[in-house]
Amino acid sequence: MRIALFATCLADTMFPAAAKATVQLLERLGHEVVFPLEQTCCGQMHVNTGYQDQALPLVRRYVRTFEACDVVVAPSGSCVGSIRHQHAMVARQAGEVGLASRAEAVAGRTYELSELLVDVLEVEDVGAYYPHRVTYHPTCHSLRVLRVGDKPLRLLRQVRGLDLVELPAAEQCCGFGGTFAVKNADTSTAMLADKMRHVLDTGADVCTAGDASCLMHIGGGLARLRTGVRTVHLAEILASTEAS
Amino acid sequence: MSSKELILGRIRQALGSSTASPGVPRDYRRGAAPVDLDLLVERLADYKAVVHRVPDVPDTIRTIIGAGRLVVPPGLPADWLPPEVPVTRDDQLSAAEISAADGVVTAAAVAVVETGTIVLDASPDQGRRILSLLPDLHICVLRPEQVVASVPEAVARLTPGRPLTWISGPSATSDIELNRVEGVHGPRNLHIVLWESA
Amino acid sequence: MTFLGMPAHAPRGVGHLRGDESFPAAARTALANPQLRRNLQHATTTIRGKSGRVIAELPDWEELRSAGSALKAYTMANLPRLLEQLEEKVTAAGGVVHWAADANEANRIVTDLIKETGEQRVIKIKSMATQEIALNEALEAAGITPVETDLAELIVQLGHDKPSHILVPAIHRNRSEIREIFLREMPGVDPALTDDPPELAGAARRYLRETFLSTRVAVSGANFGIADTGTLAVVESEGNGRMCLTLPDTLITVMGIEKVVPSWQDLEVFLQLLPRASTGERMNPYTSMWTGVTPGDGPQNFHLVLLDNGRTAVLADEVGRQALHCIRCSACLNVCPVYERTGGHAYGSVYPGPIGAILSPQLTGIEDNASLPYASSLCGACFDACPVKIDIPSILVHLRNQAPHPRTEKAAMAAAAYTMDRPKLYERAQRAAKLSKLLGKRGRGLPPPLNGWAASRDLPAPPPESFRDWWRGR
Repeated sequence: MRIALFATCLADTMFPAAAKATVQLLERLGHEVVFPLEQTCCGQMHVNTGYQDQALPLVRRYVRTFEACDVVVAPSGSCVGSIRHQHAMVARQAGEVGLASRAEAVAGRTYELSELLVDVLEVEDVGAYYPHRVTYHPTCHSLRVLRVGDKPLRLLRQVRGLDLVELPAAEQCCGFGGTFAVKNADTSTAMLADKMRHVLDTGADVCTAGDASCLMHIGGGLARLRTGVRTVHLAEILASTEAS
Repeated sequence: MSSKELILGRIRQALGSSTASPGVPRDYRRGAAPVDLDLLVERLADYKAVVHRVPDVPDTIRTIIGAGRLVVPPGLPADWLPPEVPVTRDDQLSAAEISAADGVVTAAAVAVVETGTIVLDASPDQGRRILSLLPDLHICVLRPEQVVASVPEAVARLTPGRPLTWISGPSATSDIELNRVEGVHGPRNLHIVLWESA
Repeated sequence: MTFLGMPAHAPRGVGHLRGDESFPAAARTALANPQLRRNLQHATTTIRGKSGRVIAELPDWEELRSAGSALKAYTMANLPRLLEQLEEKVTAAGGVVHWAADANEANRIVTDLIKETGEQRVIKIKSMATQEIALNEALEAAGITPVETDLAELIVQLGHDKPSHILVPAIHRNRSEIREIFLREMPGVDPALTDDPPELAGAARRYLRETFLSTRVAVSGANFGIADTGTLAVVESEGNGRMCLTLPDTLITVMGIEKVVPSWQDLEVFLQLLPRASTGERMNPYTSMWTGVTPGDGPQNFHLVLLDNGRTAVLADEVGRQALHCIRCSACLNVCPVYERTGGHAYGSVYPGPIGAILSPQLTGIEDNASLPYASSLCGACFDACPVKIDIPSILVHLRNQAPHPRTEKAAMAAAAYTMDRPKLYERAQRAAKLSKLLGKRGRGLPPPLNGWAASRDLPAPPPESFRDWWRGR
């Protein structure tokens, strides 16, 4: 299958490993990956911070860039959530009815990584090897906006060498929330403290998730405390093999 | 312009041309379902009501009230009451007189299995609302044919114009650390006499 | 200049819908109180477990939610007709209906009605509407003593405190704090009182009994007002509601206009949704329903005050009006990770938590509660918990779009959007992301407000090359 990658601005700029891993994983599974260079950002930060009008050109850009693609994948539950649940709304509110229906159509073909693997490519064992004790944080937008359910866990359970440990109070938000972490830094920090405590309680060496943004938040906290626990994107685990 | 006209005008302004009146899907359980009396007993007991499944009402009431005094609504069947227990029938009794009783006996209008609820509708065998409120012990005599499985069935059986009191267990509060604690202002003891013919 | 008949916000200078400081500032105070955090965490964890268990018992919970949501949408679309029908039925049953455009008018109506009875004390059932309009303060100013009879309200009133939760206004107090308040403030309390919850409840029973029996006017709110029968319903636990609704001669009920329910039958939906979502019970201990006046049973004078106070302004926003669907169960508070850590006082309004973050700014106008739509990480737990499926996260985002924005943020957002829409510029910015040098080690050199984030988190070091550079090079 020919799959277009929407890397997301965050992974493209700050966490290229997650996007590279997505490419490597899909190619290993026998698919062709394309990366349209016109892509930038889904506009979620603008929408969620109250700047819908400024998100409009970014919605237009996303639609234009990926309209011709049959299937789009992004290594982010949050960005896919925004594409699926906000893009058409932004267009409609701006009075752009045509753009809204085009946005809906593209959004219907845009998948978060675990959705693409399990629902579209119908694979759970991706042939990965990752000899670590891992705990999985289901990010809010994967869980409650996209409803990916246990798809990431089903993928992780098939990874050779991986010791999957359950995260207590897993469904609680890590406190990132985009600009929430800036505007309400104290509350965000309090939420993060509890999330980190739960991660540390598992005894895992690695905390994984389907969103680079939440991982940046959790990982930033864990690093500040010098806990030695690393955050690794789900794509990177699934892309790992005995050779790597 | 009256405040009524003002508010109604504001509402019409706010709704504007969006006059679409959405339909209401009622796909939840509504029809009559079989009544499971064992489950009713379990649900009542779960909320700390004491349940007596008996063929004989007066004997049971005697056991519950002991040497106490009862107050009863005007239409409560006399043959429910044990002859030796002192009983005052409500005839515009004062609050103080009702409070002075050790217990009240009433019938019920309907009971709901799923929620462990009895409903009083102020019929002559249930009396004024104050009657089942002030005494610290409420004995409610329930017949199996008054029991329905679900809330929708209970709502359908009740008469809206009557004063209704839905009771699920004795008085309780969740106000201290969100844990249910029995016994605040209403009767602290609720006994349900489920009268099953022998 | 507002025109008569235009939807209006709740007026300033009266009521409890506006805080003294912004949410982040108020939250900071709350976060610094470890006892508060423990109390809240304990209470919300308890209620989440209870509620989850009884909801799981119902095979048709989702169908009930859909029905509840649709019923509320239907109600809003037919509000004028339903309110007039309610008025007609209540009047026919011997009640008197009053209409109050705002808090001032409602307070005046209630105060005058009490003055007409000649009484100087009223007993009150916990009611969000009367808290919202600050009725107690208005009554006190008129020389009338309001006695709160709900246990949690009593704790708040005796503790000279503010409510912090819709359902359990004293959720921020644990048993030993409650004991201390009772010992200090409750006349005639047994000095040997322990912090055992049944004993605390017993102390409230003894304290209020005589007041219930000797007070001739009660003030209540209403959970539901049934348009096609004129029936009012109050859902409660302790029996203080029954006392207030049964014992006095005069009952005055203040009800928001959005609380009207089309038909009697609709109670079959709400009476299943509300208790399970709010206290986590299959059914709350007591629900009272009355229709006007019943000769010989209960209050012989009944007044219903229908309150607008900003609700029509909420209704005017096609997206935001869903906030009026709220049945005040407080499930969204109990699942909210922000509320769990900050408590209710940080929201500055009687409506705290996620529902407060969308309701208060709409009632007052967004300028007066500009920080509330941002008091959420948009985690979505509130939407899942809401028994009438109010899409709180979407409304938060919608309100953020209306909120006044700080000038520096505006400039930064515009610059970001400009860059993001120009791939060449975006790539240049990526390469220029010598962020580590600009930001200082671990981001501590960031300018405000970004330094707040970096205070407790390390910014990752920027990668040697962006993904797209890697892609091009392969």
